[in-house]
Amino acid sequence: MTTTTAAKPAATREAFGTSLEEVGKEFSHVVVLDADLSKSTMSMKFGKSFPDRFFEMGIQEANMIGTAAGLALGGKVPFCCSFACFLTGRFDQIKMSVAYSGANVRLIGTHAGVGIGPDGYSQQGLEDLALMRSLPTMAVLQPADDVETAQMIRALVTHQGPAYVRLTRQKLPRVHDEKYRFELGKLDVLREHGTDALLLGTGGTVGFAVEAAEKLAKEGLRLTVGNVHSIKPLDVSTLTALARKCGRVITVEDHNVLGGMGGAVAEALSETHPVPVKRLGIQDVFGESGEPEDLYRLHKLDTEGIIESVRQFVKR
Amino acid sequence: MTVVDLDITKRTPASLQLPPTDQPGPRGIPNGTLARLADEFRLDIVEMITRAGSGHPGGSFSAVNIITTLLFDEMRHRPREPRWADRDRLVLSKGHAVPALYAPLARLGYFPREELWTLRKLGSRLQGHPANMLCPGIEASTGSLGQGLSVAQGMALAAKLDGKDGTPRYRVYCILGDGESQEGQVWETAMSAPRHKVTNLTVFVDCNQGQIDGLVKDVMDLEPFVDKWKSFNWNVLTIDGHDFDQIKRALAAARAETGKPTVVIARTHKGVGARIFEKDIVGWHGKSPSRQEADEAIRDILGRLS
Repeated sequence: MTTTTAAKPAATREAFGTSLEEVGKEFSHVVVLDADLSKSTMSMKFGKSFPDRFFEMGIQEANMIGTAAGLALGGKVPFCCSFACFLTGRFDQIKMSVAYSGANVRLIGTHAGVGIGPDGYSQQGLEDLALMRSLPTMAVLQPADDVETAQMIRALVTHQGPAYVRLTRQKLPRVHDEKYRFELGKLDVLREHGTDALLLGTGGTVGFAVEAAEKLAKEGLRLTVGNVHSIKPLDVSTLTALARKCGRVITVEDHNVLGGMGGAVAEALSETHPVPVKRLGIQDVFGESGEPEDLYRLHKLDTEGIIESVRQFVKR
Repeated sequence: MTVVDLDITKRTPASLQLPPTDQPGPRGIPNGTLARLADEFRLDIVEMITRAGSGHPGGSFSAVNIITTLLFDEMRHRPREPRWADRDRLVLSKGHAVPALYAPLARLGYFPREELWTLRKLGSRLQGHPANMLCPGIEASTGSLGQGLSVAQGMALAAKLDGKDGTPRYRVYCILGDGESQEGQVWETAMSAPRHKVTNLTVFVDCNQGQIDGLVKDVMDLEPFVDKWKSFNWNVLTIDGHDFDQIKRALAAARAETGKPTVVIARTHKGVGARIFEKDIVGWHGKSPSRQEADEAIRDILGRLS
């Protein structure tokens, strides 16, 4: 994987742990809950610095989510952490106690997608975006690198309304420099090689999308590359303008193609400016054990897979 | 025989001298006054559910004495300022009994009494189950059973974080059903609240013995229920949940307890207060009475109030 800056690749969960501790220093109403995964979600950094504001909930995700809702209704800003699959697996608690109660909970789902690797399907959140997108008022976010993660976490201290943030276990190359400013609800245009197609990534696939576009540019296929950090609210106006310019869209995500970022893009464009949309992702099949690189290759989410799919799609 | 006017929407409730509710309780409201209020709320509940054409009379009736005592005698709150930061919180986890909360909230001035007749109707703030974003006085949206206790625990933790000199900023109350206690999440919170020393949380379990598919003991027996809570390390009290004196004493004991959260196992009879409902506790879980059945219940309750 290429890096666009000299910085070392970092897992977004690591950046999360660091920035959570930072905002904890500044904002005394930030509290954190974890369900026996604080060493993995990296929330333990906060826990060590602020033990009074850190709630170890044991292996009780449903209770953790409800408790976070109560803390939010009591004026706190709770960051509620677990693996993406276990957290959003408690959908009813998120629906009732968080969303429908207007509780300002930040649900932090780490280890999302097949990118988690050998642990297999039971630990791979592959439907979390679809679930969270279906809840009114829920912001659904996924940062592409450590720079964006830090800014996103900071923005969520003051954001009004519940939010879901999807983080990765695997390290991701930096696609943003220090001048980058995250803006919730905006499409982040990363590269403008040209208007042959619009290529959209989110989270773990963004770095590969950037690299694929660079290689394709050398072949004469010039793409615009976007990072969809805000899957909801989706930046429909920028998306529509880019679709109009480029004429076709390829989405790539480590999530079921049903109901994820690609689904959101296709739904929006079908109403504003219908163009052909190719959705790369997990093609409505279960995940499985394997090395992350092998799984990305299998599902055509890596640079080569994206290049091959883009070539076929653009040729049509 | 005197002719009784059964249209309770036109009935003026007896006047009430209520001390300011924004001071910590108890306010020394006599049991007779609380009993009268609760019966007036029973009238409203029957009328609301009958007009709505659906709802849950049995579990509303069994919880109303507890809710009345909490809101009128015990809890600190400001009806004109529903989001007052220092208020005590009440989470009705058995959300289907919400008519038993709407009626006292209206009486306290959280919203006009006329709004009670819009229950379950399009555009109403009075949803079929509690919706806190819509209705003043409702603290959390419930109705999917088992969740309210976790939310109450979170509120109590927030009160502890915001406390001064070890005293939590406010107290939190939660009402569970006995059937609801079959939910696993209830026992997750039963385990976590003592662990996190949530001593400002008091839970009432309205043990009215009935649920949709039958008697609780037949559907999924909870016994030994008291032992379960004790083994989870709670301060456990058992009371007659209709008896205002016992409800008040349980609240005093909960206030005095500084080491554990308190759970009050309130033995009740589903539909208590109207013989027509009392006779069939399972049948009256979740159906609205016909006009004739409603009038029978209203006549019964008015008999006590006159």
